[in-house]
Amino acid sequence: MTDTSKYLSHLELGERDETFLDSNELVINMGPQHPATHGVLRVILKLDGEKVLGTECVIGYLHRGVEKIAENRTYTMFNPYVDRMDYVAAVSNGLGYCEAVEKLLNVEAPPRAKYIRVILTELNRIASHQLWLGTHALDIGAITPLFYTFRDREEILKIFEKYCGARLTTHAFRIGGCQYETYDGFEREVKKFVDFVRPKIDEYEELLTTNRIWVERTKGVGVISDKDSIALGVTGPVLRASGVKWDIRKAQPYAAYSEMDFEIPTGTHGDTYDRYLVRMAEMRQALRIISQAVEKIPEGPIMAKIPKVLKPPVGEIYHSIEAPKGELGYFVVSDGSTQPYRVRVRPPSFVNLQALDLMVRGQLVADVIAVIGTLDIVLGEVDR
Amino acid sequence: MRDYFYSYLKSDATPGAAGNMLWAFIYIMLIFMGLSIAVIAMNWLERKVLAHMQVRLGPMRVGPHGLLQPIADAIKLLIKEDIMPAEADKLVFWMAPLIVVTTAFTTFIVVPFGPQHAVTDMNIGILFMLGVSSLGVLGIVMAGWASNSHYPLIGALRSSAQMVSYEVAMGLAVVSAVLMTSLHGAGIYATGGGSGMGTLSMIEIVRAQQEQQAWFAFKFFPLGLVAMFVFAVAMVAETNRAPFDLPEAESELTAGFHTEYSGFRWSLFFLAEYSAMIAVSSILVTLWLGGWLRPFPNLLAGPTWDLVFSLFPGLTFLALAGLTSGFGALLGLIGLILFISPVRAWVQDIYWFVAKVAVFMYLYIWYRGTFPRYRFDQLMKVGWKVLLPTGLGVLIVTAIVGVL
Repeated sequence: MTDTSKYLSHLELGERDETFLDSNELVINMGPQHPATHGVLRVILKLDGEKVLGTECVIGYLHRGVEKIAENRTYTMFNPYVDRMDYVAAVSNGLGYCEAVEKLLNVEAPPRAKYIRVILTELNRIASHQLWLGTHALDIGAITPLFYTFRDREEILKIFEKYCGARLTTHAFRIGGCQYETYDGFEREVKKFVDFVRPKIDEYEELLTTNRIWVERTKGVGVISDKDSIALGVTGPVLRASGVKWDIRKAQPYAAYSEMDFEIPTGTHGDTYDRYLVRMAEMRQALRIISQAVEKIPEGPIMAKIPKVLKPPVGEIYHSIEAPKGELGYFVVSDGSTQPYRVRVRPPSFVNLQALDLMVRGQLVADVIAVIGTLDIVLGEVDR
Repeated sequence: MRDYFYSYLKSDATPGAAGNMLWAFIYIMLIFMGLSIAVIAMNWLERKVLAHMQVRLGPMRVGPHGLLQPIADAIKLLIKEDIMPAEADKLVFWMAPLIVVTTAFTTFIVVPFGPQHAVTDMNIGILFMLGVSSLGVLGIVMAGWASNSHYPLIGALRSSAQMVSYEVAMGLAVVSAVLMTSLHGAGIYATGGGSGMGTLSMIEIVRAQQEQQAWFAFKFFPLGLVAMFVFAVAMVAETNRAPFDLPEAESELTAGFHTEYSGFRWSLFFLAEYSAMIAVSSILVTLWLGGWLRPFPNLLAGPTWDLVFSLFPGLTFLALAGLTSGFGALLGLIGLILFISPVRAWVQDIYWFVAKVAVFMYLYIWYRGTFPRYRFDQLMKVGWKVLLPTGLGVLIVTAIVGVL
């Protein structure tokens, strides 16, 4: 048994009575091998019976030093690495990185490339939310939605595979645009997918939205106020469910989002149920964006004119996009050489995970699971 | 010896009541085997039915449609290394699964598969059944304690709290059914004949339903139905199944009280869980759904209908034979044997009982595919604030209606 006390300094644990019959507090270790911590998150829980007195997240089990690797790779070579951070939304990661470097190079992707980027990123948003819904529902005990969502997510992965040959770590975009032109029938297939998945989202909602047990398990659980969310830097659906209408696609439009017509769904209570509703609404909005983009996609080149060897001018840039989980930012520093001097990633999962302790204090063990699920973290991104 | 063997067949009492130890032993063996087969079948069915609810196929590789999968799994469990945690309390750890499995099987002594198809007929049958099945919680607490680990301990605590609180509601529902055995009611609630003597014997309870010509689920409408509903919810909680599967909530406590168990010991818990499910379903069927009685005994009465209904077991097997390819011939043969007149008479009670229990086993699977899991405090709320008052109310109203 490992000594957990050194992690628990801020939990005011004090001296522990070593007898087994100590009835005061129970410290249990959840993870890194645990069915509901979504990977290798380790949470140390201090319990009073079933009540959570405090938590401590121990992260780093999936640390691969992605940011350090960037310093030893050229700008182009580092591109595939970012797919491995949030591996359920690899397309968004790539988009953020490519746009950051493009900004640094002072080039802009051609309109057609921007539209392809929007379509694929929004498809990825749906895939990511579907995976979230399946695993979140599974954590709360509803095992059936998982299979429904995975069945439908498969269709998205098939489109990715046809477009760029990979299903998960897609490496779909290049700095300056896209490497591949869309395949024959891409638009038709995407439209077909939109028509296919719309009723499926209703199907998920049918299983859960009015399910009494689901509502009881999620309403009023893991509440976080708008003030706390902003103070902790929480972004994405978690922030919007607390009633803050903040979406980078609207606030600082990138790619072709300024030409799209969509709404930002927000919640009011900031609880798990609202976050669920917000994400469900976001999936519908994503479908709306996709069908607009497919209609409006212009003809033309897909790659901007960029040099073979990328040597951005000395300088630094921060560029962020709205990834499915929140604000995904890249801070890239260039020293004028072919390799970035420093790449710092602002991963939404990592920042959102900070809110866990605040959200579960005073609640029950079962709620910790629900809250980890509702935060929608991916450990690849938390640990990088 | 031969006389001893054959004399029982002529009597129409249970072996226990007839004092025939040889047949009692045979019955015990039959029930033990039947139960094991039922658990294996339930295992396969759960995986298949659940799979089809979840747009997948389930086991398909071992045998036709994965029919041999449970057997393969059983072999795997039997030959697994026997692991006991170093810190565990050895004796208690060893005894826990034994206690759980023994209590689960012992309850079947009084389950009446037919008027003479039970090991024995106790005059306190239902009390015995509730009492013994409640003992199962002891094994669970022992398992959680002996593992000397946090997750099993929390699982065991949850389990004991849950089982104790749902037993109260369960008991109240049972009492209202027992009350019905002696009450005839008046006016719209009037029922048929019967001795008017209350009874706790499982067989006598079914006989009372036969004499009063009403399954207790439909007696004093809607009181019987509500009592059955209370029991049906409580029994799911009692057996720790979804949506009340908190003690073994996979996403929270990995596997709850049996986290540290593996191999054969774990399979005993598994066996006990499924036989407990069958046991409580049997109680429900006996108390409210007429046990071994066939449907519509008064609407569709007469020798012709008796004959038609007695053909059902054989027809079921023939239908199953039509559905399957590999085992079809075997099932068809069993079906044909079940058409033979003496066998038919002997088997039909068992058939109706098993068919009714099977409905509830299916419901168990259905719940699992549909519901999320309750949280602990919500579970307690449902038990103490909804089921208990409802059960108590039904009991009081049943008593009043019956006396009127």
